[in-house]
Amino acid sequence: MLGIIKQKVGARGLTAPVFGDYMQKLSPVASAMRDFSSATKKMTVRDALNSALDEEMAADSNVFVMGEEVGEYQGAYKITKGLLDKYGPDRVVDTPITEAGFTGIGVGAAYHGLKPVIEFMTFNFSMQAIDHIINSAAKSNYMSGGKINVPIVFRGPNGAAAGVGAQHSQCYGAWYGAIPGLKVLVPYSSEDARGLLKAAIRDPDPVVFLENEILYGDSFPVSQEVLDPNFCLPIGKAKIERQGKDVTITAYSKMVGFALKAAEILEKDGINAEVINLRSIRPLDRDTINDSVRKTNRLVTVEEGFRQHGVGAEICASVVEDSFNYLDAPVERIAGADVPTPYTANLERLAFPQIEDIVRATKRACYRSG
Amino acid sequence: MASSYFSKSKALIMQNLKSRKFLTLGFVNRTSSVTTSQFPPHLIKTISFPPLPARNYESSSRINSSIAFARCFASVSGGRGAHTATSVSDDVDQFCTESPSQEVDFPGGKVKFTPKLTFTSKTIEERVPCYRVLNENGDLIIDSDSVEISKELAVKMYTDMVTLQVMDTIFYEAQRQGRISFYLTAIGEEAINIASAAALNINDFVFPQYREAGVLLWRGFTLQEFANQLFGNKYDYGKGRQMPIHYGSKKLNYITVASTVATQVPHAVGAAYSMKMEKKDSCTVTYFGDGGSSTGDFHAALNFAAVMEAPVIFFCRNNGWAISTPVRDQFRSDGIVVKGNAYGVPSIRVDGNDVLAVYSAVHQARKMAIQEQTPVLIEALTYRAGHHSTSDDSTKYRSLDEIEWWRGDQNPVKRFRKFIENKGWWSEEAESEHRSNIRKQLSQAIQAAERVEKPSIGDLFSDVYDASPKNLREQESFLRKNIEKHARDYPTDVPL
Repeated sequence: MLGIIKQKVGARGLTAPVFGDYMQKLSPVASAMRDFSSATKKMTVRDALNSALDEEMAADSNVFVMGEEVGEYQGAYKITKGLLDKYGPDRVVDTPITEAGFTGIGVGAAYHGLKPVIEFMTFNFSMQAIDHIINSAAKSNYMSGGKINVPIVFRGPNGAAAGVGAQHSQCYGAWYGAIPGLKVLVPYSSEDARGLLKAAIRDPDPVVFLENEILYGDSFPVSQEVLDPNFCLPIGKAKIERQGKDVTITAYSKMVGFALKAAEILEKDGINAEVINLRSIRPLDRDTINDSVRKTNRLVTVEEGFRQHGVGAEICASVVEDSFNYLDAPVERIAGADVPTPYTANLERLAFPQIEDIVRATKRACYRSG
Repeated sequence: MASSYFSKSKALIMQNLKSRKFLTLGFVNRTSSVTTSQFPPHLIKTISFPPLPARNYESSSRINSSIAFARCFASVSGGRGAHTATSVSDDVDQFCTESPSQEVDFPGGKVKFTPKLTFTSKTIEERVPCYRVLNENGDLIIDSDSVEISKELAVKMYTDMVTLQVMDTIFYEAQRQGRISFYLTAIGEEAINIASAAALNINDFVFPQYREAGVLLWRGFTLQEFANQLFGNKYDYGKGRQMPIHYGSKKLNYITVASTVATQVPHAVGAAYSMKMEKKDSCTVTYFGDGGSSTGDFHAALNFAAVMEAPVIFFCRNNGWAISTPVRDQFRSDGIVVKGNAYGVPSIRVDGNDVLAVYSAVHQARKMAIQEQTPVLIEALTYRAGHHSTSDDSTKYRSLDEIEWWRGDQNPVKRFRKFIENKGWWSEEAESEHRSNIRKQLSQAIQAAERVEKPSIGDLFSDVYDASPKNLREQESFLRKNIEKHARDYPTDVPL
């Protein structure tokens, strides 16, 4: 698994020469960072999440973390490392194995005014608790006539890791993204991780925070602004990771990295792709997506989740509704294969979108598949 | 986590295994946590003994013992009694010089061994006794412990029980007349509702199931407020979003009723944890039925509450029926009281139709929960004398005789009336005056609630989130434009 991570990091091309070019293509704010790249700190997504949790717990004594292995074990993926020693067992709560139980308890604590951050070892296990997430958390403010708000965050790794099989690999973006009353966030970089987690913890509504296990170990540059303890990103705003004029590629979580790499390959063939990092599935930033499509006239959606009723389906519908006349080609949807995820590495690779798939689909959208 | 632990050396094991006394015990001592009755000598040589986990047990002392969680993998014997690594070795040293021990420290604590191969029984030899203070004639049972109550309290409890009974009858009728869509009564459970509420404090948060409107009534919810919710009019605190009987009141610390069965049980534990963190002089109370005790949520909640030492009262209304499922088809245990016991929660079984017993038990439970920071379980035995709801006709699955018997002398309202009349605190005149008074108030409340207009369409879109999101604001403005354009098609009784 470590081998795959190393390969992927290498593939993204975060080595020095390519890094500069990569930064050049980003928005002006980011390219300003290029001037300070030697002084800019780098931070892994894991550290970004850990520091965000630490700072929010220090700032507000109502914030507490609960989940399996979050305390003594330092977190199944070490996201909560050091928090038990710093804040004690009342605020970093190790739970028995019952997702339904500790999710219900977290919701009850939120009803009374605490701000729980519930960790699922993977969102696949959240299915055991989904009744509490949807019926007890998401719908409560509405059903109680605005009397019971639930300032809770549900976080954990989502989607595929590597070689973990069908019951550990599903993406839940589309499932939770359908529910009114929930907010669903999907960070990609360390900046996203810090800014969005802080925003989620401070938000009075229930938030589902979908991380990615593979991204935990990835490093990203972070500016001084990002390191500020009050740094928050707005919920519901997508980020244009790469400006382009020929085609719009939307992606979230790990797929953002793949899309960026695909965009570099496409550049060599003269296709200038705009890559949008969704950052938020609910609310979905329809304006940014539609503005982009009105500029490029072509759309490719990328996701790891299943195709039917997926996030890409919603984006496609939104663009068809709002920007129909601007489309020069049918929308290309890239998603995970319609199978429970197989275990063996070769089959698993075929079950999820790869960089080549994104390149091919984008060429098709540009009528260049020849 | 690894749960087996090992002695210092193989030699000790071999010595122990060879002793005759050991062989008669029939168990393998200290080599592993799996007990087998025979252990072929040739296999012993192939077992490896990994060293004890190199864990710093001193770290356990950082944890504040008054609110620490049991960390069963952190100490060898687990539980709250700290048992360090070194003392295990001490026991082993003693082991080889004395006779084979009769007990061992497994993770979780010491257990005594037995050479008898017996299983615990499936059938219940003797059921847990039921605490009762008043008999059917309203007389105090001799030597009963109960809390003294004043005349004011007794009369208030009685009149609220009657109000609840009358309210249930009249609202039920209103549903039958088609004026409201749904209703569910607490007939037969008036004592549970009122007496438990009376023993609590207004700061104790209530997490109800749905048959506890009496608790809200006790706390001051008016008949008009009940009616407004049932009719879903603009004065309904739920803004017309919920079915009837889904009451809630932030002011009275009564969490809005949710249809999902027993989800309130873990919620109550979480809220109790929050109170514990804030060191409040209050607890949470949650109600559920015999049926609710079968859910996963119930088990997780009890288990957690015990581990977390949360100040929560679990109040089970065992009324014999979960819609058409009798308790025999719901569980085979001795009711719910033994389940509390199984989870390490202090539990009691009470006569749910006895006002004084319910009052005393809840009064005591509340003291325990707050002072000792522990969950408490109360199983109140009673009978659901009405149908499950207006969507049910219970005569289809149970006999009329059974229902009538429970409406007789066992009836909580009748029993308590006898008690207060014997004391000279109540009379026939007071009874009929109170009943006709309540009936009049109810009929006025219903008529008033029926006439009040419904919530405006703005309430369709608000409160989904804390701040209204763009897509909902767009949808609302689209709807309003539509209404303007097609005013004729829009119902006249829904205000804008």
